[in-house]
Amino acid sequence: MTIAMPVPDAETLAKRERIARALRAIVPGEGVIDAPEALRPWESDGLTAYRQPPLMVVLPETTAQVSAVLKWCHAEGVKVVPRGAGTSLSGGALPLADAVLLGLGKFKRILEVDYEDRVAVVQPGVTNLAITQAVEARGFYYAPDPSSQIACTIGGNVAENSGGVHCLKYGLTTNNVLGVEIVMMNGEIVRLGGRHLDPCGLDLLGVVVGSEGLLGVVTEVTVRILPKPETARAVLVGFPDAEQAGACVAQVIAEGIIPAGMEMMDRPAIHAAEAFVQVGYPLDVGALLIVEVDGPAAECDFLIGEIARIADANGAVTSRVSENEAERMAFWAGRKAAFPAVGRISPDYLCMDGTIPRRRLPDVLRRMEELSGEYGLRVANVFHAGDGNLHPLILYDANVPGELDKAEAFGADILRLCVSVGGVLTGEHGVGIEKRDLMPAMFSEADLKQQQRVKCAFDPELLLNPGKVFPVLHRCAELGRMHVHHGALPHPELPRF
Amino acid sequence: MLEPRDAADLAEIVADAAAQGRKLELRGGGTKAAFGAPREAEVASLAGLTGVVDYDPAELVLTVRAGTLLSDVQALVASEGQMLAFEPWGEPAATIGGTVAAGVAGSRRVTAGSARDHLLGLTAVSGRGEVFVAGAKVVKNVTGYDLPKLMAGSWGRLGAMAELTLKVLPAPRHVVTLAARGLAPAAAHAAMACALGSRADVSAAAALPDGTVLLRVAGFAPSVAARCAVLPDLLAGHCALEAMAEDEAAPLWRQAMAGEALRGTVRWDVHLPPRHAAELIAALPEGTDWAMDWGGGRLWIGTDREDQAVREAAARLGGEARLVVAPEAMRARLNAFHPRARSVLALEARVRRAFDPKGVFATGRFAEDGDADAVSA
Repeated sequence: MTIAMPVPDAETLAKRERIARALRAIVPGEGVIDAPEALRPWESDGLTAYRQPPLMVVLPETTAQVSAVLKWCHAEGVKVVPRGAGTSLSGGALPLADAVLLGLGKFKRILEVDYEDRVAVVQPGVTNLAITQAVEARGFYYAPDPSSQIACTIGGNVAENSGGVHCLKYGLTTNNVLGVEIVMMNGEIVRLGGRHLDPCGLDLLGVVVGSEGLLGVVTEVTVRILPKPETARAVLVGFPDAEQAGACVAQVIAEGIIPAGMEMMDRPAIHAAEAFVQVGYPLDVGALLIVEVDGPAAECDFLIGEIARIADANGAVTSRVSENEAERMAFWAGRKAAFPAVGRISPDYLCMDGTIPRRRLPDVLRRMEELSGEYGLRVANVFHAGDGNLHPLILYDANVPGELDKAEAFGADILRLCVSVGGVLTGEHGVGIEKRDLMPAMFSEADLKQQQRVKCAFDPELLLNPGKVFPVLHRCAELGRMHVHHGALPHPELPRF
Repeated sequence: MLEPRDAADLAEIVADAAAQGRKLELRGGGTKAAFGAPREAEVASLAGLTGVVDYDPAELVLTVRAGTLLSDVQALVASEGQMLAFEPWGEPAATIGGTVAAGVAGSRRVTAGSARDHLLGLTAVSGRGEVFVAGAKVVKNVTGYDLPKLMAGSWGRLGAMAELTLKVLPAPRHVVTLAARGLAPAAAHAAMACALGSRADVSAAAALPDGTVLLRVAGFAPSVAARCAVLPDLLAGHCALEAMAEDEAAPLWRQAMAGEALRGTVRWDVHLPPRHAAELIAALPEGTDWAMDWGGGRLWIGTDREDQAVREAAARLGGEARLVVAPEAMRARLNAFHPRARSVLALEARVRRAFDPKGVFATGRFAEDGDADAVSA
């Protein structure tokens, strides 16, 4: 485990009982958890290689309580880590030994749905899928659909700017949120955006979405809901190799088609998925594409024909069109089971999340195969092909000493590779702790300092979710100075190597 | 007027201004100079930073320098069968940088998003005179804070964008306008809400005072035909629809999208929950002109009155009013931006200082610019 978290503050640890008493006065009853054995379930999020029981957990039920908790912690210099459902794959909600873990799980109400204006106002602990379930009887849905949608919460989606397989056509969370209420670290309650489009002033909502819990705690979200498409159809196409599949994807887009989803799997991923769920994926192909279109039936029928034609022109060796809903779901079943399927053939795996310009896919896959050989670790690839978002799954065994470190080093090399071809470290999972130390591969010191100055505008004491996103924590006072101190001043509590 | 040729020039100009305590007004084509309060500030023109840096249509990404004409960008992407989906509009001299910095979006905004939703990345010079990069040149990215969102619509108060990376999308192959006639504002809104909430995938909806309602249906021909066939039935309880020729429809769309041709010396741009659009119109004095876009979510208002009645009505209905066109005295008296809560203004001021600690870009164009002046080194 190569990622180090800040050294816990001894003074905070020493006043643990006083903190618990103060928080119990704000959130009475079962709302504060501090018994060591009861903290175990909270010790990690979706990045399970990293575990750390929090100082304590507080589970407020009202915005006023969130505000009071933050205000008290702010006054006392106590750090706070916000948490939704804890499904982050990048360690965004990883607890700290000296920080209060602020869980929003009790904010479960859907406050209002306005079908005429097509918006829903919800509390942050509502799951992503629950929004869709609340409005689907009236023919609506909430578009972003991260794969964890049955568990992940909308508050966490806002923090992480979550995507999903349909985001090329329907956007990420940021494109589907109209307003939020946040509580800042000093306890101040601020409403950003509203129920109308493009408010006056700086787009603070835009920077809060995707800020990974470092700027404020989300206590209410207003989202746009969309009419559910009349129908959806998918085509499953096999290619001899990823190069041809990539060329097919490029031509689909060049011909003006933005599919609802366009997923690619490489041979190891195809085999793992087929062995797991037996949905009839061809096993003699090098790459498999699932292309889904949605909308009016006439449009889907037309586009499926076009896509089949383009696939043929690019050397498809197998092609199947879904003729009914069951078949479409079967095409997806393998893709959706890809992660657990890989989990079956390997004791552990790391899921990476870089984005590349699609034209560089063949080079990136080739280099990844070389790296796989060099590290002696297998890799399976699933890929949001439409938008260039790669999810290489690195297979390893945590019980083999040193293998996690090796897998992490391999993953870091893959992400550096993504950046070197013009891409990015993370397309949808967030930086968290996982990619924190790789940030300098993508951003210069000046770039990172400018981002951190925004952090300072929201949380000048750096108490909210510290140790995440930024590789070096600069003091805000120092960042404010001009023309001096170009050298980084590492945060004294944070060991670096 | 200062005329930098590249980002390095620009950085030097801004750093000098910061060191000497001068103000700079960033300008693209200068087409929006009359937005905001009258002010005296040295202009730094970005019009010299022109040209396409990279455009690969299949990647859906375009990188272009800030001073490139909006019309040139639109012609370029159109030549590849693509578009800027937020449907920006402007006068001939409008630049892509100014358009994005002003957050300009057209009728398609209601379904496709605004400039903020299509600005993927940028290279800019902060008020500190430092060049920084934010976002990226790929369509899907969550690495670091989304500073491009902050820069879009910031009116050049955080930094000077030198280069922008925009998401581009395929342009629809076929576009039809369906129109209804004789609808009062409330009925027009109801018809648009029904259409936008239907599965017929209507991409834009606008209404005009003469009772005309416009619905845009765009996409591949077989799909457009099928949707145009079902929409009259879906809206049967609201109105009768018929196809309108594009040469008749285009000026009407433009009227709704840009508030063009409204009567009066004062023009407001009201953004509000669409369900309140008709109520706002009803609250306006006799003789007030208007145009409704975004299904009622945007209301352009033309009037001769120089009071705040429009802004007050918008605020009562959960919306806000930008003062877009007004005589100088009125612009000096009323902020172009709608008032925000004190907590939001304080946060905005801190964020502006985070980019521009000396207030180089706080020219007095907006009432809140004063906040940044108070900050010392």
